[in-house]
Amino acid sequence: MTRKQRRLTLIGVAGTVLLAAVGLVLFALSGKITLFVTPADIAAKNIGPGQQIRLGGLVKVGSVVKSDGAAVRFEIEDTVKTIKVTYAGVLPDLFREGQGVVTEGKLTADGGFVADTVLAKHDETYMPKEVADSLKAQGHWNPADANKPKPQ
Amino acid sequence: MIVEIGHYALILSLVLALVQSVVPVVGAARRDPRLMAVAGPTALFQFLFVGLAFAALTWAYVVSDFSVYNVVANSHSQKPLIFKISGVWGNHEGSMLLWVTILALFGALVALFSRNLPPTLRANVLAVQAWVGVAFLTFILLTSNPFERLDKPPFEGQDLNPILQDVGLAIHPPLLYLGYVGCSVAFAFAVAALIEGRIDAAWARWVRPWTLGAWIFLTLGIAMGSYWAYYELGWGGWWFWDPVENASLMPWLVATALLHSAIVMEKREALKVWTVLMAILAFALSLLGTFLVRSGVLTSVHAFATDPARGVFILGILTLFVGGSLALYAARASLLTQGGIFAPISREGALVLNNLFLTAACAAVLIGTLYPLLVEATTGGKISVGEPFFNLTFGPLVLPLLLLLPLGPFLAWKRGDVLAVAQRLWLAFALAIVAVAVAFYLKHGGPVLAPFGAGLAAWIMLGAIAEPMTRAKFGKEPLATSARRLFGLPRSTFGTALAHFGVGMMVLGIVSEGAWKVERILVMKPGETVELGGYGVTFEGTVPRKGPNYQDQVGKFVVSDGGTVVARLESAKRLFTARQMPTSEVALETRGLFSQIYIALGEAQDSGGWSVRMYWKPLVLLIWLGALVMSIGGFVSLSDRRLRVGAPKPARAAAALAAAE
Repeated sequence: MTRKQRRLTLIGVAGTVLLAAVGLVLFALSGKITLFVTPADIAAKNIGPGQQIRLGGLVKVGSVVKSDGAAVRFEIEDTVKTIKVTYAGVLPDLFREGQGVVTEGKLTADGGFVADTVLAKHDETYMPKEVADSLKAQGHWNPADANKPKPQ
Repeated sequence: MIVEIGHYALILSLVLALVQSVVPVVGAARRDPRLMAVAGPTALFQFLFVGLAFAALTWAYVVSDFSVYNVVANSHSQKPLIFKISGVWGNHEGSMLLWVTILALFGALVALFSRNLPPTLRANVLAVQAWVGVAFLTFILLTSNPFERLDKPPFEGQDLNPILQDVGLAIHPPLLYLGYVGCSVAFAFAVAALIEGRIDAAWARWVRPWTLGAWIFLTLGIAMGSYWAYYELGWGGWWFWDPVENASLMPWLVATALLHSAIVMEKREALKVWTVLMAILAFALSLLGTFLVRSGVLTSVHAFATDPARGVFILGILTLFVGGSLALYAARASLLTQGGIFAPISREGALVLNNLFLTAACAAVLIGTLYPLLVEATTGGKISVGEPFFNLTFGPLVLPLLLLLPLGPFLAWKRGDVLAVAQRLWLAFALAIVAVAVAFYLKHGGPVLAPFGAGLAAWIMLGAIAEPMTRAKFGKEPLATSARRLFGLPRSTFGTALAHFGVGMMVLGIVSEGAWKVERILVMKPGETVELGGYGVTFEGTVPRKGPNYQDQVGKFVVSDGGTVVARLESAKRLFTARQMPTSEVALETRGLFSQIYIALGEAQDSGGWSVRMYWKPLVLLIWLGALVMSIGGFVSLSDRRLRVGAPKPARAAAALAAAE
């Protein structure tokens, strides 16, 4: 092999790997990302049943129903709309009525939501960032809830 | 008083760092040995003072000094001592202090162990380390002072976030920071080489042990964090593609690439420019990780701070160092003499391929991590990039790397011979095929591809074993001769074999956990029994129990195998009283050597039952044991004499340390 051929081989292999990587990333970005929405967004953004989305908002007080089959029903609300959610699984430690939550799953044909994951990674004083932002945008956010005491 | 001394020591170390970042560079430019000699002592004293500051903060935590705001916000007098200490870095300010303490530690180590470096290189390396130190010390003193006092101290602290009160998480940040900050040494060497415009094989030899050390800690730190997430969060998962996890994975991928490309540079004087780039990128990604975690741009348990001033400051540091070093790279890289171009089929060629796949995989992770931020910044829309994205991008980029991994060490330098390699590896390949067949026979359920995954793992492990065996000529010479040859092999050979074997173990654990795990989520009433992975699990009810700073609701479970009781387990719902915050204490029972039964107690149901989440996780422990074996391989390599060429004798180093104090 001449020097030139060696160099071409190197560039060829590197180019192939790079192209494959770019192709994979572009393909994955087009199909494998999930949108974050609040109940109000669903009508506005025209999201149909079957699409994988993240739904975030507040857990409506008094809406949580624990039945015996380990499936839990609750409602997620923002200031505008409320959506009924079904989740077959164990709720995370920090799931509470009146607090922020993010769920991932699909809308059903009758306007409900079936969650396959319920995320509650925030701590007591900290809302999920997406939920906090969307509530702020709707003017329904009291920052005093989230603040720790500051040094004098 | 001690707290004020700590604060003062921190300011002093900033002053020292400022001196260290200017004087040695001037000295190196003017070839003035007296100015260059300033670097060593300042590095040692900088570590002494930063260490003093860290000790002062630790003291405030240990004695629960509630006049210090940081202690109030993150500690509690009732907390066990170990978590009082780990609380020091369980918050933003303290963890940044730990960061600079480790940075100063590495600076001091470089100062101690670099006496036989060319003096100009040594001066420049220590100066670059000091630049990083100045940036982060300023950051701490201006925006994140851990020594801030309160006028009216409260009687009790607010406690550390309960999910951080865990032994695993007590040691996870120090390990990870040793890895992150360890990358700064390779970075300092790279920038120093660019400043001098000169680089040779010896440079790679100096950089490799530091990179290897950082890589070992990074490996352990990531594995520790993953195991913590597995048992503490109660979800049964071990990797979530969370941005914070990605932030630690990216430097690891590039540091792995750097380790491999430095070998090429050391042996063949090739890939110089590329290796320097890897050294810069490894630290740049460490800084990016620090930024992502510390600035609070991401939502996660790690984002303790959401103060925009800090985010902007760290972004500034990030831009300065990454932008500056890349600009320097662009301007000066052409000065570094190029090595020869080599044959595609050769050890060098294989290592280039390794680097290509690792960096491409890292780029995919980078895009997946930053894309949501980009979308939010430009369109305001919120998206999440999760597991499906990474499975589709990271997976296919790592798969060829894993498939080719056993071949690399068998290829000769300069010109390899595929046929010869095939002759040496056919047995390993045949056995891997057998492993696929065995997996098919044993496991009827699960995805069709899973047995091939198990075969891939076998291929990697067998290939790793085959390499030292072939080198020792097992089967070609009498057993005694080849055994003697085996013991005569350099330690780095065993290090490589161990690290690669660990990769195989990890792949086997991932495949087995992913494909053959059994999940049961249900409501159980006391006395009820369910089947799980061949075992019977009986729920016996719950009892309350009180801990030092929490209250448990303990669920009792009995695991039986064909009628005989094999284990009694306790899985608890733990309520931390100070913050009224619940956590899960998962029950884990290891069966066989590597498989686990995993039981997380949910909550009480209206009917008197409890929701329970149970898993049978076959071979799951191999995931973390694989990482452990990889880092042991790193340690073995590090102990190789050839890597220590030119390092001062331990006695001299000890004497120097004593003199410095």
